[in-house]
Amino acid sequence: MPLTSGAALLYLLAAVLFIWGLHQLSSPRHARRGNLVAALGMVIAFGTAIPALHHAPINLVLMALAILIGAPVGAVAARRVKMTAMPQMVASFNGVGGGAAALVSVVEFLRAPGGGSVGLVLAIPVVFAVVIGAVSFAGSGIAYAKLQEWMRGTPITYPGQQPVNGAIVLAILVLGVLLVTTGVGPFALLALLLLSLGLGVAFVLPIGGADMPVVISLLNAFTGLAVAGDGFVVGNPVLIVGGTLVGASGTFLTKMMSDAMGRSLGNLLFGAFGTVLVSPQAAAGEGGRSVRSGSAEDIGTLLAYAQRVIIVPGYGLAVAQAQHAARDLADQLETRGVAVDYAIHPVAGRMPGHMNVLLAEANVPYDQLKEMDAINDAFRSADVALVVGANDVVNPAARSTPGSPIYGMPILNADQAKTVVFLKRSMRPGFAGIDNELLYDPRTILLFGDAKDSLTKLVAAVKAA
Amino acid sequence: MNPHLVSEISIFVLAVFLGFEVIAKVPTILHTPLMSGSNAIHGVILVGAMAIMAGAHGPLEQALGFLAVVMATINVVGGYAVTDRMLEMFRSRTGPRRGAP
Repeated sequence: MPLTSGAALLYLLAAVLFIWGLHQLSSPRHARRGNLVAALGMVIAFGTAIPALHHAPINLVLMALAILIGAPVGAVAARRVKMTAMPQMVASFNGVGGGAAALVSVVEFLRAPGGGSVGLVLAIPVVFAVVIGAVSFAGSGIAYAKLQEWMRGTPITYPGQQPVNGAIVLAILVLGVLLVTTGVGPFALLALLLLSLGLGVAFVLPIGGADMPVVISLLNAFTGLAVAGDGFVVGNPVLIVGGTLVGASGTFLTKMMSDAMGRSLGNLLFGAFGTVLVSPQAAAGEGGRSVRSGSAEDIGTLLAYAQRVIIVPGYGLAVAQAQHAARDLADQLETRGVAVDYAIHPVAGRMPGHMNVLLAEANVPYDQLKEMDAINDAFRSADVALVVGANDVVNPAARSTPGSPIYGMPILNADQAKTVVFLKRSMRPGFAGIDNELLYDPRTILLFGDAKDSLTKLVAAVKAA
Repeated sequence: MNPHLVSEISIFVLAVFLGFEVIAKVPTILHTPLMSGSNAIHGVILVGAMAIMAGAHGPLEQALGFLAVVMATINVVGGYAVTDRMLEMFRSRTGPRRGAP
């Protein structure tokens, strides 16, 4: 589909704005502006695409209608979602993007002269976009379900899983080659689409819920690549540039995220196969192991007379929306001369940076948020490590137990503090589904309850101490 | 052979390098907003969906195109809105405020 030079130049401008915007997004000072710059690029690209529809008025109306449906859905979902559910939201937007990419190629394939059998040059990107787009769509759906806790977060494996997945991949390859080289028609494409959806599901199923952020980043890159493929199919450079930007940067970001977790990407994506996983039953406080639980008053006193307290926030804090209560507690302690810091593990919460966003929402001063490397040595001199709704990020098994799913992940040295206090809802294991020996340590005290409730009680207790 | 193909491939190759370079130095704190922001950028598939609609003949193509536009629009609008929300948090960071009176 040849573009007029005017349109081509405008698309180039849009692409430049994407590049510039993305670059700004990687710098804290300019990040918000970067997003706006990229949005401007999107508006220009959108505006440039409209004139092509002027000789198909019915389709123009349909398109306008589709936009009128999609825009409010996206806007409302984005505004309403709680920050704790934000990873799933990103997954869902990514999924629909991937789905759209697959559909665009499907339609182009159907439209090609020859009734659905196309030449090599078109077939390759079509197959690519359909497969990758569908994998991303289905995979994002599973990621959403795991994060939303509609499915259990532990990796789902079954006997024969590897051969089954292998068979799906093989079938996709065969169909792809057939579509590209011979004149097989639309039903082959449909089969390819369905198989790819299946692959998306099969790919994400055996990955643990705690690793979903990395998976979403990878699927984000996939969708970008599918969009780039569509750029070749449709002949539009802004799709090629925009899609490839996201594909390349997304792949890089995925690697950075898995590095932050101390896990190799291969282990994360395929590690569940053939391993003996600790079953959730065995993990959840094996019958009769005792833990030391305390009252808010006792712990409040402990905190009030400490010199240094390090707060370790986790997903439980986010779920209970306890970030403001945490800040209140920190303030109270500071008026008593206690030094307070927050130790932020790279993957605390659900995604890197998630905890920082939540605490910023509660106006916690930026300089109290310490990254893991900056604060890890300080635990040794801390009187109390207050672990609020976090579990896996302080689990010593990561250092000591080679068979553990979290082995090798860098953790916060909470166990080096003089006393460790856990605020937990129950003895249920953390997202990785494994037991945490630190909970049973004689120096550890547990305060059971909702994080917000517990923290509020602690504030009162510190005031009274 | 599509005369534009060579230039399209060149653009693709350059874009790959750009994609890596452009986010080479992103701090951990921005990983999530960056992922969300790039998520929004791949919503440019909307342009592709619009191109599909421009040439759609018959109810099947129109229906699939319609669906593609709805999905792409959700990606674009939702993506930018969610990213902006995340980045809003960074705005009040220019001077750390100690909240205790």
